[in-house]
Amino acid sequence: MAVSVYIPQPFRRFTANREYVEVDGGDVAGVLDAVNARYPGFDMLVYDRERRVPAHINIYVNNQEIHELDGVSTAVADGDQVAVIPALAGGAAPSTALNPDEAMRYSRHIIMPQVGSIGQRQLRNAKVLIVGAGGLGSPVAIYLALAGVGTVGLVDFDVVDLSNLQRQLLHQTEDVGRTKLDSAVDTLHAYNPHVRVVTHPAPLHSENAMEIIGDYEIVVNGADNFATRYLVNDAAYLLGKTLVDGSILLFDGQATVFKPGEGCYRCLYPAPPPPGLVPSCAEAGVLGAITGIVGSIQATEVFKQVLDIGRPLVGRLLLIDALTMEFREMKLRRDPACPLCGDEPTVTELIDYDAFCGSPPLEAPAANGGGH
Amino acid sequence: MEVRVNVTSVIQKTVGGQRALTAEGGTIAELIDDIERRYPGFREQLVDDGGELHRFVNVYLNDEDVRFMDGAQTALSEGDEVSILPALAGG
Repeated sequence: MAVSVYIPQPFRRFTANREYVEVDGGDVAGVLDAVNARYPGFDMLVYDRERRVPAHINIYVNNQEIHELDGVSTAVADGDQVAVIPALAGGAAPSTALNPDEAMRYSRHIIMPQVGSIGQRQLRNAKVLIVGAGGLGSPVAIYLALAGVGTVGLVDFDVVDLSNLQRQLLHQTEDVGRTKLDSAVDTLHAYNPHVRVVTHPAPLHSENAMEIIGDYEIVVNGADNFATRYLVNDAAYLLGKTLVDGSILLFDGQATVFKPGEGCYRCLYPAPPPPGLVPSCAEAGVLGAITGIVGSIQATEVFKQVLDIGRPLVGRLLLIDALTMEFREMKLRRDPACPLCGDEPTVTELIDYDAFCGSPPLEAPAANGGGH
Repeated sequence: MEVRVNVTSVIQKTVGGQRALTAEGGTIAELIDDIERRYPGFREQLVDDGGELHRFVNVYLNDEDVRFMDGAQTALSEGDEVSILPALAGG
């Protein structure tokens, strides 16, 4: 029997796409030499010019990193498993390196140069708050969990209703009657047990919003009412957080990203519509799959923000019409007259958003629950 | 001046369920008046009694918010496209 060497996805182009290579034992250096003898070029990946294992490569023998053992001199015996895992460059502590399970789980992301193992660790360190565990919150939370975003916060106080299941991916038939947060935690952990899911089981209001949002770097809006949307906007701006906004109704979707100082929801819509003018999804209906389109766009923008890649959806309002399948883009600017982020702000702390929106105080089950 | 007008979401029901229509006008206000003649009740969705655009409905000339131009008096040119966009709150 030989030693089995796990080859990470990004390195498999050197090993004829083999995930595992069987070689004879000895020590780690001997194992690596044996792999290189079969697949020339492999050692360029695992050694630097001085023929040392660089800091961004971790090598495990039976799930133990060799730095904690005898380095490349660590003995390996028949039946042992060796894993080569590209991790963070720059002398990361071994405890924060990606473990073999993570490296394999996220390999389709890690293999992309825009992500790499550094980016994957940035995702793991990221803390993202999602307001509403409903139509939009579902795809956002699921894609962030799948991507390995380390901490996903969820705000919701609603209970799963049968009418939610046409679009809310976090919840299944057996979850009807459970709280959306209980259901969401189970779903997200089933997808990815590495993710820490923090639940905030209360309506977001002026007294708790700053404290809750303050713990996160990025906020995703999946609220289902105007009062919560203005509240989240104001709190995110006052705390200097990036807000990834999305909204849906009927066959339509809107998405944009607000970065403090580059426009906010009040710049886009200075005032809420009078109560009753714009119906809710419960009143007017909504296409289930549009939540997936808009939520996926929001999750993508979070991913780009965390990794600082690409061109963010800042200063642009993306409009999606599912019936014509047209995507249009409108300019979105910071309004110098904006009461929140303008030149002479008058909103300098959170206000009474129910009064602002002319809506009744929170009692309707839909309030910020993400689509009842 | 005939321009294409895209109508989003809940505004569509005020123009017989259409998602786009063509209308005539030298300014946004005239354009709204032209649509109002065919679809009574349309105007009040967009402007208040004083003729100012509501703050909860956005009107874009091509991709620019007319609030940052001349509002309802923004002039139109041949080939322009106007989009009317109410805020959505669904999540």
